[in-house]
Formats: sequence, structure tokens, C-alpha cells
Amino acid sequence: MSDSGKLLMSGNEALALGAYEAGVGVASAYPGTPSTEILENLVGYEGVYCEWAPNEKVALEVALGASLAGVRALATMKHVGLNVAADPLFTAAYTGVRGGLVIINADDPSMHSSQNEQDNRNYAFAAKLPMLEPSDPDEAKEFLKRAYEISEQFDTPGLLRTTSRVAHVKGLVRPGERAAAGVEPGITKDPRKTVMLPGHARLRRVEIEERMGRLRELAETTDLNRIEPGSGTMGFIASGVSYLYVKEAFPDASVLKLGMCWPLPEGMIREFASGVEKLYIVEELDPFLETHIKAMGIACTGKEKIPSIGELNARTVREAIMPGTSEAASFEPVDIPMRPPNMCPGCPHRGIFHVLRKHKVFVSGDIGCYTLAALPPLQAMDTCVCMGASVGIAHGMDKALGAEVKGKVVGVIGDSTFMHSGITGLINIAYNKGISTIIILDNRITAMTGHQQNPVTGFTLSGEPTTEVDIEALCKAIGIKNVQTIDPHDIPTARKVVQEELERDEPSVIITKAPCVLIPEHRNKKRARYFTKEENCVGCRQCISIGCPSISWVPLTPEEAAAKGYKEKQKGHSLIDSVICDGCGQCFHLCKFDAIQKEEEPA
Amino acid sequence: MSQMPKDGSILFCGVGGQGILLASEITSYALVAAGYDIKKSEVHGMAQRGGSVEAHLRYGEKVYSPLIEPGGADIVVAFEQLEALRYMPYMNKNTNVVVNTQKILPPSVATGLESYPEGILDRLRENGLEIHAIDAFLVAGEVGEPRTANMVLVGALSSFLPLDKNIFTAIIQDRVKKGFVEVNLKAFDRGRELTGGKT
Repeated sequence: MSDSGKLLMSGNEALALGAYEAGVGVASAYPGTPSTEILENLVGYEGVYCEWAPNEKVALEVALGASLAGVRALATMKHVGLNVAADPLFTAAYTGVRGGLVIINADDPSMHSSQNEQDNRNYAFAAKLPMLEPSDPDEAKEFLKRAYEISEQFDTPGLLRTTSRVAHVKGLVRPGERAAAGVEPGITKDPRKTVMLPGHARLRRVEIEERMGRLRELAETTDLNRIEPGSGTMGFIASGVSYLYVKEAFPDASVLKLGMCWPLPEGMIREFASGVEKLYIVEELDPFLETHIKAMGIACTGKEKIPSIGELNARTVREAIMPGTSEAASFEPVDIPMRPPNMCPGCPHRGIFHVLRKHKVFVSGDIGCYTLAALPPLQAMDTCVCMGASVGIAHGMDKALGAEVKGKVVGVIGDSTFMHSGITGLINIAYNKGISTIIILDNRITAMTGHQQNPVTGFTLSGEPTTEVDIEALCKAIGIKNVQTIDPHDIPTARKVVQEELERDEPSVIITKAPCVLIPEHRNKKRARYFTKEENCVGCRQCISIGCPSISWVPLTPEEAAAKGYKEKQKGHSLIDSVICDGCGQCFHLCKFDAIQKEEEPA
Repeated sequence: MSQMPKDGSILFCGVGGQGILLASEITSYALVAAGYDIKKSEVHGMAQRGGSVEAHLRYGEKVYSPLIEPGGADIVVAFEQLEALRYMPYMNKNTNVVVNTQKILPPSVATGLESYPEGILDRLRENGLEIHAIDAFLVAGEVGEPRTANMVLVGALSSFLPLDKNIFTAIIQDRVKKGFVEVNLKAFDRGRELTGGKT
């Protein structure tokens, strides 16, 4: 075996190992695809304190605090999370660090699991911070360690950017040793550096420009950036995963690989450009490198040919630069039924959206598994913008339209999302005499990102029991008088309570409390499933309308209907797959014909 | 590695929850044990909730891109019939296509809005593709554990890889939960037999 000693790891697993090897002492994060697994893995290493923060702003502030205490610190987040953490980010650039401070930012080109496709390299430019961009898991680990060295050497927070095809790609990684701390931990007082009063900030502002100058010098000499000489007349500049696509598409061409994508090594770029006849910039999303290289007065071709929307791949790059040179694909995509993600059988979110659809309300939605309620057949969500937006948007609509929309707008938000950014919006409703009804879908976990603990679940990232936020008491404490907690599987009660709260002239909160079906304690619980008593089914499709994967529609011809003893005009009947039925009973509540019945013995 | 093919690409596709990631993981470890460099790309998050799932696995002396190009898969393992059709653009005339004959209805079919396409295997064959159709659930049931359907499919695809069976055996012994090793080895063997691999 030629690769003995190497480990097969995803980019995120490698980053966790990198953080451990770098001697990180404190790590804080809010889960978000494709960054979540970094802390989930890091918590398994000895000697690193790891936590889930309620949001990315808090996570970065915690990491900054640890850094100022002289301990190497890490905050991880997805691209939109850095928007939330942008406030501390821009001023942490002023305070600088004591222990190394790195923010791992995971972008999601093609939006596999995101609401937008922003390119966060722009944050490095805007916040005046260095950014490293690894191409694969092995580099991810090494670059993270380098990012800590740079952070401490230059007294600056460092950014490390991954994308989905680095974070979630597995490759071989060379493990190393854990480094000793480079700084003495402890409290040091240095208000001119860490109290950003205008007078102090003006002094730090000058320091930032000087620091950027020194970082530009580093960019020229660091081996993170390298020229790979090749043959032919074309030269490519690329960073991150785009570099791999260039190597695949044009294996013999000259390449300038930028492991540090901000600040840029102007001298190195000039030298490289002068050695090639035609210079191409290959990058996903924004023309970030291209814009800054063109600003140097260097002629190059980028987004004129390379798509700015979505992920690239080797073929896209090859065809963009030399059309017609890829092997023709043998088969075109076939028009077949789509298979979008769906809420699980027994999901506690399903019924409440069925109720909201029946009420014909405008549903101001939020980020989580329940966003899937926007898809058919539920189609019961009308907005989804960012974490916590459901609450503010509902209030804004109520204030804009007044009595006209009374009882017609509902905000819907999950437990973790409410902790992240919903609370302030709800305080705003109470404070400004709003009338909105907000439904908090409390499924006892941060589900969409793969089951992370949060402040309402009663457990920490490391699995220790902890205090649990009492959502009901919290809502009351901020001034919401009408708060009801219901079992969302009980659809008749949900219907009644939604009606009651929509009729009020005051703000109200409905908490739907039932665990996510994927929580192991729930999965392992024995419970009776439901089955279809086919002879009673009249084909009304009520149970079908909630879109449960365990219920399907069996179409019938008039002859088949007659043969089954149905009326000839009955178009079909529903059928429960008892193997995947979770026993939630939501469909049972919807059937008026006793065609859905409960098994007697729990299986 | 002189007699081995220099490189190759395997596409795993199916429906979230079918054990695709474990199957691609076992295959990855086997290739690494044989001395190959590999890159495997997966999609997590929203795409997993019962949606269409894919994993790209590329191997060679040195692998750059983590993604297979359209038409570039040497082996496609479809864990579900409809998904075989969906991922056809990754196939070419020489691709070895392993298809689990299981059908999982997409939401639009389950709710009666669309129908599940008929004759998928014939359609694939009419396009000149070599299709290895396997009822992995049935086979897994026969070896005594329906949950080893994914290992039946790993066995089936292994026949098209330049790897000794013992490499897979060692990886399965290493990576599968104790108590399930024997049944998984049996499932692997049955899958391998069905595509004519040496056991």
C-alpha cells in the first residue's frame, strides 16, 4: 500500500483534524450546510472545547473572546452565516487577535442546500482580511494550520473559504502532530487595541492598511501560491476547487494556483501573465480574481467565457475555453418525474401546514425542514428569506395592510431558527403592538442540518445535559400574552387553536411540540402503525393531500373500481405502506370514512 | 499497479436513505487499499430528505476533479430504477450499469399526479447500454438481512473493478458493525456472483 498512514477524510473532517493539530482550544459554530461536520468531528478530539452557539454572530464573538484570552480559536459557518457574523467580523479586523483566530466559511455554489449563492471572497476584500482557499481535504487541513500562523504573525483574524466540493469531498489526508500554543493564555488589558471607541479605531484603521501591505508581501513569497509551468500558450489562474477543474481540463497548461485568494500577489500575477500568450481566470460565482487582476491593468479573460452561475466542472471549463473539444455526451437528460426532498413519514410539521393551507392564510416561512412545505402537495409557504425573517415579515405585512389582513398572515419558524434570530423579531411584535400569530415548530432538534442540539433541546454539542430554554415562558416574558402549546399530530386541536389565535386582536404564539421522527429515542419507541381499510375508502384524497411518503394513490379504471366493489366513477383509492408508516395518526384525523385504522399491537 | 486500469469513475445514485453513502464508502476504502488516489463527492443537507441522491467516486494514480463529467462514468450503480434513467447523461455506450430493480415512488407519482415510467430497463437497453439488473432486496432477504441490499450492489459493481475480492472482504470486516459482518460478506458475494465476478 503506497498510501499507508494517509486517512480518507472529507474536507470537513480534515478541517477538524487541522484545527486539532493547530492547537485550537475553543471552537464555536452554528450548524449550516456545508460547514456542519467540522465541529461535529472536532468535538471528538481531546483538549478542544466545542459548542453550538445560537447563531454565527455569537459564535464569532465567543471565538474572538477566546483569541483575546490568548487561546487559538475557531468559528465555522455557512456563507449566509457570515452575513449574521459580519458585525463582529468587520471590527475584529480592527482589534486583531492574541491567540490565532480563524473563521471557516463554507460557500455553496449551485445552492445544494442554501437560499442564495453569494460569493464570500468579497468579505475578505471588504473586511480587509486574509483569505485562504484550499482545493481538497489534504490542503484544507494544512491551510487551516497555516491560517493560524498567519493570524498570529500578522495580528489579524483569518478567513478560510471552502465550497461544497471541498467540504463534502473525501480524499486522502496526511495526519500530523498537535502543535503547542504559540501565545501565553491569560487576561491582558490593552484598551487602545480592543476598545473600539472612535479614537482608538482611527489608530487601528491605519494599522489595518499597514497590515494589508505586509500581507501582500506574504502573498508574493508564500508557497500557498505557486506557478506550475506548463506547455502551450494558455495560462490559467485559479483557486479552490476551480484549480482542480483546470488541471483536469487542461493538464499540460501553465497554472498559477492561488492558495491565498486575498490579498493577491500582484508581482507574481504580472510575472505569470507575461509568460503566457492568453491568460484565463477560472473561478466559480463572482469575477472576484478577475476584477482585481483587471484593476492591476492585466489583460485576462474570465466571466466572458466562464459561467458565473452555479458550480463549475472540468467539462464546463474545457467547453468554455475550447468549445467542441469535449467528448460528446451519449445521452441527453430524460423527462421523468422529479424526486424532490420531502418531509419524513410521521414528520410533526406536516399537519400544521395542512391546517394553514385549509385556512388559506399567507404563510411567512423560515429556514428548516419545514421549508419543504412550500412544495406540492402542501404548498403552504409564501416566503422564505433568511433565518428569523418569518417573524419580521409577518409583522411588516400586518402593519402595511392593517385590518385588511387581520387573521390572514401567519409566521412559521422552527425551534433552532427561533433561537438563532426569531426572538428579536418577536420582541418587536410585542413592543410595537403587532397582532401577528407566530407558530414555533418545536421538534426538539436542529433537524435539517442533520440533528444538532440547540438551546431548547437540553443537551450541549458534547452531549452533556444542560438547561433548556422554556419557549412558552420566554414568549410570555417578552410580552406575548397568548401562548399555547399543542401536539401537532392532533390535527383537530391544531385547527381549533389556529382559528382561535388568528381571531385575536393581540399577538399570539402557538408552539407545536413533538419530536423529529429521526431522533433515536423516538425511532426506538414501539408504536402502532396505521393501515388502510380499503373497502371503506371513497377516493376523496384527503389523506393524500398531506403528502406523506407512506401514503400513495392507487389509480383505478371504472372496471377495476367496480371489481373492488367501489362506485365506477371512483378514480382510485389510497394505500398506506405500514412498513414506513411512523404511526403519527395525522392521516387518521383527516379520514371521514373510517378507511384509515390503527393496528392493535405496537410493532 | 501495472495491470490495473489507470483510472476510472463510479457514479452511485438512488434515493436518500438507501445506504448509498455506505456503499460508496466501502468502495472508496477498497480502492485506497489497492493503492489508488481517490476523490469522492457527495451532497448533504436538504438533498437527503427522501430526495434523489448521488455520490461521485473517481480513482487513479492522481485524481484532480471530484466530479464525473457527463458521459464519463465507467460504472453506474443505480439503487432505484427511475434514478438509473435520471442519471443516464453520465453513462456512455461502454458504461457498466448495475440497476437495483426496486421502485420507490416519487411524491408526484405517489399522489397520483404523474405515473412511474414503464419499461425502464428496456429503455436503457434500447440505448445500447449493458444493464445488470438485480433485485437487491430479494437477494439481501435470501442471505438473511434485507438491509444488506446496498452490499449486494457493492458486490455487483466490484466485478467491474480491477480489485481482488479479498480487498473488499478485509474492508467489510473492518468497516461493518460487528455482528453484521458475516451477512454483509454473504450479500457482497451474491452480488459479485450475479455480475460474473470471481469469488
